[in-house]
Formats: sequence, C-alpha cells, structure tokens
Amino acid sequence: MTDDLNDLKAMMDDAMPRPDAARRAENLALAQKNFADLQGSRDGLRPTAVTGPKGLWTGVKTMLNATMSKMGTTKGGLTTTTALVACGFLFLTPQGQDLLRPPSAPQITMTEFDVPARAPQLETAMADEIGSEFATQGATTRTETAQTPLVPPTSDDQFADRSVPAVSERAPTLRPVQPLEMESDAIAQMAPQAELMEESAPEMAAPSVSKATEGASNLTAQRRIVVAPSPTLTDDGVIAPIGNTENFANAAVNPLKITVEEPVSTFSIDVDTAAYAVVRSSLSRGQLPLAQAVRIEELINYFPYDYAAPDAGEAPFRPTVSTFQTPWNADTQLVHIALQGQMPEVAARPPLNLVFLIDTSGSMDDPAKLPLLKQSFRLMLDQLRPQDQVAIVEYAGSAGQVLAPTSASERTTILQAIGSLGAGGSTNGQGGLEQAYSVAETMRESGEVNRVILATDGDFNVGLSDPSSLKDFITNKRESGTYLSVLGFGRGNLDDATMQALAQNGNGTAAYIDTLSEAQKVLVDQLSGALFPIAGDVKVQVEFNPAQVAEYRLIGYETRSLNREDFNNDAVDAGELGAGHAVTAIYEVTPVGSPAQLSDPLRYAPNSVVQTSDELGFLKLRYKNPGEDVSQLIETPIVGSSIPGTEANFAAAIAGFGQLLRDDRFLNGWGYDEAIALANANRGEDDFGYRTEAVQLMRLAQSLSR
Amino acid sequence: MTIGPRQTTVMRMMTSDEDLATAAAAGDGAAFASLLDRHYDRLFAFCFRLTGARSEAEDLTQDICAALPAKLSSYQGRAKVTTWLYRVAVNAAHDRRRKRATYAKATTGWGDWEVNRTAAIDDTTEKLDWLTAAMNQLSDDLRDTLALVLDDMTHAQAADILGVSEGTVSWRISEAKKALRTIKEQEDMV
Repeated sequence: MTDDLNDLKAMMDDAMPRPDAARRAENLALAQKNFADLQGSRDGLRPTAVTGPKGLWTGVKTMLNATMSKMGTTKGGLTTTTALVACGFLFLTPQGQDLLRPPSAPQITMTEFDVPARAPQLETAMADEIGSEFATQGATTRTETAQTPLVPPTSDDQFADRSVPAVSERAPTLRPVQPLEMESDAIAQMAPQAELMEESAPEMAAPSVSKATEGASNLTAQRRIVVAPSPTLTDDGVIAPIGNTENFANAAVNPLKITVEEPVSTFSIDVDTAAYAVVRSSLSRGQLPLAQAVRIEELINYFPYDYAAPDAGEAPFRPTVSTFQTPWNADTQLVHIALQGQMPEVAARPPLNLVFLIDTSGSMDDPAKLPLLKQSFRLMLDQLRPQDQVAIVEYAGSAGQVLAPTSASERTTILQAIGSLGAGGSTNGQGGLEQAYSVAETMRESGEVNRVILATDGDFNVGLSDPSSLKDFITNKRESGTYLSVLGFGRGNLDDATMQALAQNGNGTAAYIDTLSEAQKVLVDQLSGALFPIAGDVKVQVEFNPAQVAEYRLIGYETRSLNREDFNNDAVDAGELGAGHAVTAIYEVTPVGSPAQLSDPLRYAPNSVVQTSDELGFLKLRYKNPGEDVSQLIETPIVGSSIPGTEANFAAAIAGFGQLLRDDRFLNGWGYDEAIALANANRGEDDFGYRTEAVQLMRLAQSLSR
Repeated sequence: MTIGPRQTTVMRMMTSDEDLATAAAAGDGAAFASLLDRHYDRLFAFCFRLTGARSEAEDLTQDICAALPAKLSSYQGRAKVTTWLYRVAVNAAHDRRRKRATYAKATTGWGDWEVNRTAAIDDTTEKLDWLTAAMNQLSDDLRDTLALVLDDMTHAQAADILGVSEGTVSWRISEAKKALRTIKEQEDMV
C-alpha cells in the first residue's frame, strides 16, 4: 500500500455505505433458504415427484416459500405442513383470498437463528441450478430490474380482485396477495413465464422483492395486490403486463445558482414532448409518474403558445422575454423566455422523403403499440402531398424493407404495406437503422427533406452493443442531411433515455404516443414542426446582472445544459427548432435585497458589485439556418417586471405542476389548488383542448398525491 | 409460529471461521448462518469496492448469498475462510459482469451513456461519483486487484485469491495507480 493508494482508500472508506439492514436480512435469509434447499436435495427428501404436476400445487408452495423468505428476518425455511395446507386452502378459495386481505395479514413470527428445518422441497433441479452458476434466471432478471428505474407499483386492488379470474393455473403466484409491496413489473413478468418460474422459483420470487423491501423496516407490513395495469388504449380490454425495463433520462434538479459566483447559464432548446405524454399516461393509469420521468421543459413545451411570430425577412424565430412575479413566491420573479418559430406555408414546404423504421418485435404486439402505430400512420398519411415519398422498413430479428419508396399519392399501396406489419421475433435496432438510412439515401434529392422516423417501444436489445458507435453513426448521417425522429409507443418497455439520445443526436424530436389523440397532435397538427427544421443548434445563454439578481435557477432543461464555452462553439450540437414550434424557458430569479434570498452574503469576499445597469440580465441566442455551418447571434436585454399575459401565466402554471411532480422544495407550500386555479384561468384559446386536458391531469395528480 | 429450538449465538462466537465453514459444509445450517452473519458486512464492503456503487454492491452481495450454500462444497478447509470468501466474491463479480455483457440490452448502455453525458457537464459532481467513474474506467482485472489491496490484503494474499502470481498483482497495482493518476490529471485540466 502506498501513499497514492492511501488517498484512494480513505476516499473509498468515506464513501462506503452501510449495508442496508433490510437487504442484509433479506440476503441472509435467501442464503439460508438456499442452504436448506440444498441440504434437502442432497438428502433426496422430496415431498413431490421431481417431474410432478406443474401448476397449482407447486405454485402455491413456491409462493409460500417466497412468502416466507420475503418475511425478511427469517433464517429458516418453512416447514409446517399444516400451515401449507391451510394457506393452500386460503388461496384456493375466493373466501380464502378475502381472509388474507389487509389489514388482517397473518403475523408470522420467526426467530433469528432458528434452526432451519427441512424446507418443503421445490421440484426440479434447484440444486443444480444454484450450484452451477451464480446468477440463476431469477437473479439475472432482477439484476436488470435494478438497473433501471421502475414504474411504481399499481395499487388497484379493486381491479385486481374483480376483473381477474380467481386462480389461474398457469400463474398461481400472481393471484394471491403478496406479502410485501412488490414492483408490479416483477410480478407481471413472472406470470407469463411459467416455465421459468418452475425452474427458478425461489430465487426469482425472493430477489424480485428485495428492492422493494429496502428500507421497509416492518417486514410483515402492508399487503397489496399487484397486477399489471391495463394500458389506456385497449379496445379489447387485454391486460398488458407492465415490463420492468423502463428507463428515463433525467439529471438532478437544477440547483440554485448565486449570480456573483456564476452569472452565466447556458442550455440547448428542447422541443421534445415525450415527458408530458409519459406523465399523462401514468396519471391516467392512476399512478403518479416517477419523479425521474418528469422533464419540466417538455411539459411546458408540449403546449402551443400564442407568442409573437417573426415577420417575414427576420430571423426564423423571434424571442420574447418578459419578467413577472413568481406565482409561488411573492419575493422572486420569473424570467420567461419564449421563442416562436415562423410557420412557412404548407404549399411552399420542400418535398419530404420519409422512411418509417418500424419495430415489429414481439414486444410490440400490444394494442397500445403496433395497432396504435398503424392507426397513427394512417392519420399522418393524409397530411402528405403527392410529391412526398414514403418508404417502410421493419426490424425484428432481421431487417426488411416492407415498402419501397412510394409517392404519398399511392395511398392504397402504402396502406396495404402498413396493414401487413405484424409483431414477432426479437429486435435488431441497428440492422434496421442501417437499412433505413440506406433507403433514405436512395430517396435523397437536393432541396428535399430527408428523415428517418423510428417507431419503437424502446427495444434495441440485439446488435447495439456500443452506444457511442451508434451515436457516431447517427451523427454522421445527420451531418450528411438525414435526420432522425423517434416515436415511442406503449409502456412497460419504454426506454426514454435511448429515445432522447437517438433523437438528440439525429436532430429530431422524441415524442411519446400513448393515445390516438396524441398521434393526432404529433403527426397531424404539429407535423410540420416535427419534420421541417427552421433553425438548427439553437442555444440559449443568459448572463445575469449581479447588481440586480442575487440568485437564479433554471426550471427544467436539466438534460440540456451546456458548458459556457459551448455557446460560441458551432461544433457543439444543440436542439432544432421546427416550423411553427414554440419553445419556452423559465428562470426563477431572486432580486438583490429580496427577503426570498436563500444564500447569505459572504463575510470576507469583497462586495465588488457595482450597480451599472438596470437590466436583470442579457439574453443571447445562437442558431444555424438549415444546412449552414456557421451560427447567427441574436441578443436582447432582459428588463424589469411586467404583468404576465395568458401564455406566460399558463407556462408558469405548468412549470409549477412539473415541480410538484418532481421536486417541490422551491414552491413554499404552493400546491395543486393554486396550480389548477392558475392554469384554469389561463387556458386561452385552447383550440385543441390541450390545456383543458392539462388541468384535468393536475386534478388527477392532486387526488393521487393525497 | 416459531420453528425449532433456538440456537444461541454466544457459543458460536467462540468457534473459528474454519470450523464453522466445515460444519456448514457438512450441513449444519446454524453454523452457516453464524458464518455468513459474521462476514456479511465485510463481504458487502468488499463488493462495494469491487463495484463502486451501492446498489451494485447490494445486488452482488445478494448473488453471493444466493449461491454460497452451493459453493460451500468447494470449501476444502485448506484456505482461510476469508480468502475463500474473497475468491467467491471475485468470481461472482466476474459472472455478474459477463452476464451483464451478454444479457444487458444495449439500451441500458444507451441510458447510462445519456445519463453520464449529462452528469459530465453537471458541475455538482460529487466525490463519490468521481470515485465510481474512476473505478469504472479501470479494466476488470485491475479493479478486482485494487479492491483486494484496498481491503488491506497483501499482494501475496491477493495473488492467492486471484490465482495469479504476486508479481502480477504488484504490476496491476502500479498500472491501476498510473491509470488513476491519468484520470485525475485529466479531471484537473478540465
């Protein structure tokens, strides 16, 4: 050990977390159970035949074993035959199920260091499985689960009890009440995989719960029925399992910055709307969205705003800056920065070459995925003109061209091709992507807009082993003029982080389509914006005046922050602004001398701020005209307070709503009532009803958060 | 319901690790429980050193706990229990990485990549993040070796656990130090 390493060791020791007590008990119990199981199998003591009937009985035992191990501190297995029979009875009859419902959970007391009696043997070659490899199926499954943020469990007890057949033979573990709050996905995943379950049931059941028990000190606590929620858009009422692989891109909430220390804030615009649709989909399913899934800027930018549009001959977009009192804090101000892109006439837009790259992997076989996708594309087709061209490439195991480039006027051919798409097979995202780009290449003509539109539920599970090389691939194609947009469908598997990464690198938008009306919005009402960029690499930089602004923070845009020097570096990529798009960014600023100031002035640093200007700050925007490499600069000062208009007020209400969902520490108790009132009063024209819907979502979130 | 007679732990405290392990290998569940209870925290700490992230460490520890009973048969009573446990842990970490590499959806990587990208420009990066990031930039061999040495193993002990020569361990440690210094310098330049 040398000095170099001593530092590292000290650092490591500082960072060393205490093992989680619940996890510890859990893991010890798991080890003990496996130990007992292993002993049993060696002794050859098996209450059931090795290849005995698969199904209910095994399932009940499995579940009971899992139950016991999940009880937490138990070190012993479960033995008592009487208990087995009794519990079996409970689960087999509807009355029995009711008996086990909360709050009458049976309290099973286990003592530490109880001698593990021979646990009832699970059939099949458990011992072999444990012996040969560390990660059994179950453990591996859970490993994956742990990597990605999870959908919060649903708690729809009513639903679970009433609409699902009492005991299904294939999935006995799904029905009974689970002894602990479990991730819905873990359970749902187990159900359909009966074979897997029979092979590795104990590991699978036990580890899958362990995350959930973290921090749950009362290990025999609440019971909750967990069942996959039904997707919002089922026309046939199919219950779709909610997968466990959702993955959301977000960064820590932007911290408060002290102007004297860091006067400059830089970020890229974000015109994605995926986060709003994800929030809506969660709320309409009766769950609060994960805080991580909430990207506030995408919530705000979901709505069309009536900002002043640029005049002909001006820059492609016009910035409007206003400052007004913060709704949730009378002592701070909101700086509201709005960019409104121009809307070129539809007739004047260049011909479009669209390649639809459609994920037809098995996971797309869900009413909210492939069928919705087909309907969405039918809607979109009506928006295209005869000079536009469409091609379709599908990817599922092997990539294939379903439709050669075809003029949009040949509706029948295109509709037939769309109708022929069927889900099946595994996914090979990259192979499909390469083919889609090569098809796009053949369609390219100068002056036309080339775009690949990737529609997926987030599955890229084969052949994409190196994210950075794929990023390079998409970046290269972007530079050669073919852009990429991503449409996300369905929940459960949604890889929001990947969608974001792909779309950002491909100069496209990432949108999440959960309902046909969202498809209408993205692919019909706002199609031009999604497909026709009017300004590229749009960056925003604000320099605050320390004489006027003591502190500031940017609401949202966490995933879009840029380094200060990136602003003037044209090589650094940033967001695109589409035709007619509006982008809103909101800062909360604390004026100098305001009682709302959170940081104290420094005692020893010289107070060198001289009042030089009345301006709050200075806004700089950089953008590139489509196809150009050199950026243009727009500058405008940020001046004092005004009365907010309807549009700014609505944006502020949504910013507040987003913070309520994500992190409300800056809101000072301002809650849903105030957000709803503010949004409701500022719905404006609302031609499409988006704002009305937002108010409804706020009400829903309010009820759910109580 | 209470199952079986209660075993006192006091007695067990006097027994050596090796005796416990031998008893456990012969099927004594209580011995196994005591042994694991005794070493759990240390095992977890080592897993943390191997992985550099709390959640990873918890999961790895779980893998080990799940498989330890089966591995017990491989305990021959020749090595110290701690040495044997470290060996099991290192192997488990290997298995885990290999599983991840083959099993992991590339999208997970994408997600991480995106998260890392945003984290890289996040100026509130904490010390722990640096550590994790630095550890992750080392190759698996270097990281395993470093974790052992940081856990106060001598180079000879580490060599024994990893099944390599002592010279290899010393070489790996110097490589790891070099790599960490480079990472540190790059950070300082930024």
